[in-house]
Amino acid sequence: MSRDARTPEPKPGPTPDRLGLYIHWPYCARICPYCDFNVYKAANGKPDDLLAAMLADLDQWAERIDPRPLASLHFGGGTPSLMEPAAIAAVIERAEMLFGFEPGVEIGLEANPAERARLSGISSAGVNRLSLGVQALDDASLKALGRDHDSAAGLEAIEIAQSNFERVSFDLIYAREGQTPEAWAAELERAIGFGVGHLSLYQLTIEPGTAFQKKRDRGDLTPPDDDAAADMFEMTQTVTASHGFPAYEVSNHARTRADQSTHNRLYWEGADWIGIGPGAHSRTGRAATGGRTGWTALLRPADYVECVASGSAHATEALSAEDEAVERVMMGLRLVEDGLDLATAIPAGQVSPDPGQVASLVEQGLITQQDRRICLTHKGRLFADYVANRLAELVSS
Amino acid sequence: MTTDPSRIRNFSIVAHIDHGKSTLADRLIQVTGGLTDREMKEQVLDNMELERERGITIKAQTVRLHYKAKDGEDYVLNLIDTPGHVDFAYEVSRSLYACEGALLVVDAAQGVEAQTLANVYQAIDVDLDIVPVLNKIDLPAADPDRIRDQIEDVIGIEAHDALEISAKTGLGIEDVLEAIVERLPAPPAGDPDAPLKALLVDSWYDTYLGVICLVRVIEGTLKKGQKVRMMGTGASYGVDGVGVFTPMKTETASLGPGEIGFLNASIKQVRDTRVGDTITEEKRPTADMLPGFKPAVPVVFCGLFPVDAADFEDLRDAVERLALNDASFSFEMETSAALGFGFRCGFLGLLHLEVIRERLEREYSVDLITTAPSVVYKMALTGGSEVELHNPADMPDPVKIDSIAEPWIKATILVPDEYLGGVLKLCEDRRGVQKELTYAGTRAMLVYELPLNEVVFDFYDRLKSVTKGYASFDYQFIEYRTGDLVKMSILVNDEPVDALSMIVHRGRAEMRGRAMCEKLKELIPRHMFKIPIQAAIGGRVIARETLSAMRKDVTAKCYGGDATRKRKLLDKQKAGKKKMRQYGNVEIPQEAFIAALKMDQD
Repeated sequence: MSRDARTPEPKPGPTPDRLGLYIHWPYCARICPYCDFNVYKAANGKPDDLLAAMLADLDQWAERIDPRPLASLHFGGGTPSLMEPAAIAAVIERAEMLFGFEPGVEIGLEANPAERARLSGISSAGVNRLSLGVQALDDASLKALGRDHDSAAGLEAIEIAQSNFERVSFDLIYAREGQTPEAWAAELERAIGFGVGHLSLYQLTIEPGTAFQKKRDRGDLTPPDDDAAADMFEMTQTVTASHGFPAYEVSNHARTRADQSTHNRLYWEGADWIGIGPGAHSRTGRAATGGRTGWTALLRPADYVECVASGSAHATEALSAEDEAVERVMMGLRLVEDGLDLATAIPAGQVSPDPGQVASLVEQGLITQQDRRICLTHKGRLFADYVANRLAELVSS
Repeated sequence: MTTDPSRIRNFSIVAHIDHGKSTLADRLIQVTGGLTDREMKEQVLDNMELERERGITIKAQTVRLHYKAKDGEDYVLNLIDTPGHVDFAYEVSRSLYACEGALLVVDAAQGVEAQTLANVYQAIDVDLDIVPVLNKIDLPAADPDRIRDQIEDVIGIEAHDALEISAKTGLGIEDVLEAIVERLPAPPAGDPDAPLKALLVDSWYDTYLGVICLVRVIEGTLKKGQKVRMMGTGASYGVDGVGVFTPMKTETASLGPGEIGFLNASIKQVRDTRVGDTITEEKRPTADMLPGFKPAVPVVFCGLFPVDAADFEDLRDAVERLALNDASFSFEMETSAALGFGFRCGFLGLLHLEVIRERLEREYSVDLITTAPSVVYKMALTGGSEVELHNPADMPDPVKIDSIAEPWIKATILVPDEYLGGVLKLCEDRRGVQKELTYAGTRAMLVYELPLNEVVFDFYDRLKSVTKGYASFDYQFIEYRTGDLVKMSILVNDEPVDALSMIVHRGRAEMRGRAMCEKLKELIPRHMFKIPIQAAIGGRVIARETLSAMRKDVTAKCYGGDATRKRKLLDKQKAGKKKMRQYGNVEIPQEAFIAALKMDQD
């Protein structure tokens, strides 16, 4: 793509949004049956070629947009804990050289407990926030989820992580097949007891095209129905809040503001982010400063590697003011404490949510509105998509 | 230059869907050089987009193959491809009339299935010689010996010399061609100089040439420039051209006895031709007409409405254009309180309905709402007059109705005797009256009189499921009979949904009502509030279900990579919302209207 067309002219106006860098490492030792991310078996991968391409892609990003210090780096996947610590360090170094870092930059990485032996190396490479894919605390559940580690490995990984990283989070999947509300409550309290500052608690979702979907369609997998899952979600809110671990986002909980994920907040707040690696998404700009642009990298690692060489690994999409508003509503509403500030979220003077819909959602007890700030109510958290879809029925303003 | 009939073989391929009929046809065309590899598209004969996608053949197609046999002679092999589904049985039977033989293609792993039976019996009925062909012999699961036995046991035809082929890999294709020449009879040697007698096998519309007629010459010679007469309709035409399909349309000077080909004669509409008609010479007519075919009568009716009322004129245009090429599809305008302007359309069966609906949506880009299928009722009113009711929503006030009559059919069902019990129960449940029960080997033949109303209501699906697909089913209309029929309304959130109202037998109303409410409970998405779903006769509720309120609508994970996906999903939902109908504050998806009629109850 042409650099000229994409580089906004420096002009007076609001300061640019904060910028994050996402690094997608698509390889996994084993593909989890519930996962619908852009992932590939590590055994068939060419990690050296991919790393080289990602670094080259990062160079191109520095040309493509106005470099400014990064607020965060996030290694996601796939399984980025399969990356060599030297490779992780190379990405961090290159990013700092090209963009610089904000003070207190968050450098996060998603790790699989199976690679717990590498964690100290990953820490030495410069990562300062680790999120572990623990997923469940008992062996039977881990087996049912198709994980390649047992519960002992998960616990050991949490311990190692806590002694190697400033900030540690881990993921759990709940509303699993056969899971009772009582068992989940006990598991959750145990999880909170490990003393980490952040937890991501995801309801099991059967995504199209996954092994779990096929299993469910065959009748071999029966996750809890919506009623049971909703009950467990509500219980999750109660248990976490009573332990000083409130949700700040639909599925994310932190003890303090400092424990929250800086990188993920960039997404929910509608800031800018750039992505490297196969299938990585990017967003920069806003309507007020010449429009928001979206990028999607080629999905297959080989295609990505090949096209980075010619500078064409990302497909671009110019977002209309309405597209931008819809995305900001869908993402912003998820920050359950802060809510969505329509004044900043919606490009000024073009479109806005239908006041009739807003009133109706308030009346249904799903949202509260103060000035132009909209927050999900406790009940509304279970209907975040419903509310977002209603609010996304934009009208010209 | 016509071909000597002894060098002609006219044949058809009968098979169950997915057993490889189209692949074999393509392979035969390819091996005999009808198309170069470059021209060879996948499944040449299924040339409608919809046919290819669903793997079904709707309209008969034909192709002439040139084959030099091992005896050193050149043969002309005319392949007539036929539809497989029971809704299009009439197209199968008329195609078979034009042949002397048929290849019976059976999947060497899956074996004989319902359509195989239904189609092969049609072929036997018209005295065709049959060569069994076991396809997909390359599959690991292929079990040719078992399938041979099965063909002999279930169908009752000799199968020890069945050919073993793989249409996909090309294995055994030469043997098929040899078998067509050696084992299928040549057409009778008619006198080429006698007055023309030809069968109109099929007709369809061509944008450039008008209506194209597929014909089989019995006697005499069909030539370009000839003045011909359709003996049934009495219309006369000058023949603009004759020819054959190779499969490309290729003009020839003439068609002689035993040959199959086309003629075009500036005929404007498919409706002007009557399939099964006898074509003869204007000046020198043949003495005796061919027996012809029974016309295809629409038996299932439903309303088609544009999703967006502004599209009504587009729908009218599309419906009219479709009808040009499908004489079995009928339509008349109707209005509905809930759905606005639309058409009440007649179809050959439920598959025909779905095919037409999909073609309208796809080829003509009209978004449709389809109402519940029903039959035509005759009402004797208290004043002595009689009215026809095509739409349950138009039912007059019950006090004005003296009696209601409904169409009855005579159904013939062939079924392996192990499934007989299930079929008997199904027919009895559907108010059937048994007329005959006889055995032919291990198969039973049942004759039942049934109300057609009960047959359009998922009878095929039920029959298929109770017989594991081994039943063959055929029916003909007999008469209208009065019955204790009532109108059942469906109320969603206390609002009547006129598109779902139906005429039912009083004795079956509660069961139908309960099944409908249960089905709707599955089909209507949960809303933010709970929704009662009721079936009622007059003011009396006979069945009730409650759809509980939605409990959650939230995505667990939503990060940077999900923004695009969620936005696109929202766009899709917005498009989907157009297909929803609003009843009060309840949105009912259009799938509910069709699916509500396909109930699975025992």
